[in-house]
Amino acid sequence: MTDAANALVLFSNFVLIPGLTYGSQLALGALGVTLIFGILRFANFAHGDLMALGTMFVILVTWWFQDLGISINPLPTALLALPFGIIAAVIVSILIDKSVYKFYRKRKSPPVVFLIASIGVMFILNGLVRFIIGPNDQKFDDGARFLLKFQDFKILTGLKEGLAIKLSQGLTVIVAIVVVTALFLFLQKSRAGKAMRAYSDNVDLALLSGIEPEKVVFYAWLIAGTLAVIAGSLYGLDKSFKPFTYFSLLLPIFASAILGGIGHPLGAIIGAYTVAFSEVTITYAYKKFLKYILPEKWEPDHLVQLLSTDYKFAVSFIILVVVLLIRPTGIFKGRVI
Amino acid sequence: MSFLSAQNMTGGYGKADILHKCSITVEKGEIVAIVGPNGAGKSTAMKAIFGMIELNEGSVHLENEDINKLTPQQRVRKGMSFVPQNQNVFTTMTVKENLEIGAYLRNDNFSSTMDQIYELFPVLHEKRNQAAGELSGGQRQQVAVGRALMTEPTLLMLDEPTAGVSPIVMGEFFDRILEIRKTGVAILMVEQNAQQALAVADKGFVLVNGKNKFNDTGKKLLGNPEVRRSFLGG
Repeated sequence: MTDAANALVLFSNFVLIPGLTYGSQLALGALGVTLIFGILRFANFAHGDLMALGTMFVILVTWWFQDLGISINPLPTALLALPFGIIAAVIVSILIDKSVYKFYRKRKSPPVVFLIASIGVMFILNGLVRFIIGPNDQKFDDGARFLLKFQDFKILTGLKEGLAIKLSQGLTVIVAIVVVTALFLFLQKSRAGKAMRAYSDNVDLALLSGIEPEKVVFYAWLIAGTLAVIAGSLYGLDKSFKPFTYFSLLLPIFASAILGGIGHPLGAIIGAYTVAFSEVTITYAYKKFLKYILPEKWEPDHLVQLLSTDYKFAVSFIILVVVLLIRPTGIFKGRVI
Repeated sequence: MSFLSAQNMTGGYGKADILHKCSITVEKGEIVAIVGPNGAGKSTAMKAIFGMIELNEGSVHLENEDINKLTPQQRVRKGMSFVPQNQNVFTTMTVKENLEIGAYLRNDNFSSTMDQIYELFPVLHEKRNQAAGELSGGQRQQVAVGRALMTEPTLLMLDEPTAGVSPIVMGEFFDRILEIRKTGVAILMVEQNAQQALAVADKGFVLVNGKNKFNDTGKKLLGNPEVRRSFLGG
């Protein structure tokens, strides 16, 4: 019985909680990608670097606040800096839209042109972030480290295995729930949200109904920018901030959005958790876990790790390829790219 | 001048003109049908009136106001409303949401308009919380017309509203059109089913090759042997 409990705790600590956290971060990113796809009809490759840019603003403001001695201990100061980062990233997004994408919208360019333009934007943002804050790892979390400490849990339960929940993990899940709920209420109930859904569903008919495209596009960037900064900051607090990591997050984010059905918000969330849990479960070494639940003589003598964590992005890549081959519209019927 | 007066419209999609000095007029509260063989430019004439294609020549006036330069959205504000032939509902949205989007331009309380539409099309009230994409072709058509009526237009434009629906549904649909006319809305429609359309229309325009061939009341066109022979199949 204790063995089963130990196994469960071990699994929660190394798979369940990290997967839930990572999934929430991916979901917020994938929602931004899916929203831009739904409204502007292109796969925005600059989304990862928009996350990096926004997070960079958050970090800079956090450092400034730390210098001034402003804090909201035990919560991380970054939470206080988040609104500033969001405002900055949204302004940048809208400036980019006005200077780049609007030009192609006016010419009614095909989606692939937008996609290539977004790759250009990606490089610019990428360079900008590295220029301002540098390519290295930045730590910016402060405040309390843990909601539940490893040792405390052990003493509390008397189990051999411990369970730790980092503050950043708890924060990620709570913020993700709040943000996603707010987003769905906005899309389902508000006039602007309905206009966005209508525009995403049928552009011509939306225009005939008097919906102004520029307004819808503005809202799309407002929301995508906000989601990007929140996702990026939570990821940075949980792991660390490094521009290259954010660039490579693009792959699991796109895998999530496409798996769920691109243009479909609920799909993006389900896709994100699927990708996150696939990554975590496939790269976890099950040796210790199996030791608890298997009879002694079946005990494995190797790590029982399906894939090294170095290859975790391969998981997203495989999911992406398989979905595109077998069901290109994703779980929910999204659009086909 | 007529309530809607489109005079000498010449234009098309690319360089080649589809319409050649085509004229369409609609009086207040009238049902007008544009009929003619395939490729006659019926839908093109409709799109030109609504500002979806640019005219090389000619003019469109609504209530004595030149609306030539207005975009379709601006024409909606002037009281025109258009139901396209295809993809005329938001399939992922509920029936009620479709109607709400129809009223997007309105800032006043539109619940009474919605009630009127539910009265006109009871099935829409029944299925108001269902996604429009799940409805049958005839029901979708009702959603499409309902959406267009939400702005309380003075001119409702229907592009082949009965294309692809069964004869029974078609008959019901024309009954509804007559109901809508009773509320004072003028209706301009392009129809493949010329016989049924002219039977309910006050006025008909027969187009051939982008030109006006016959203009007359619906009844007289139905009685005209030449029209019958060439367009109504005897």
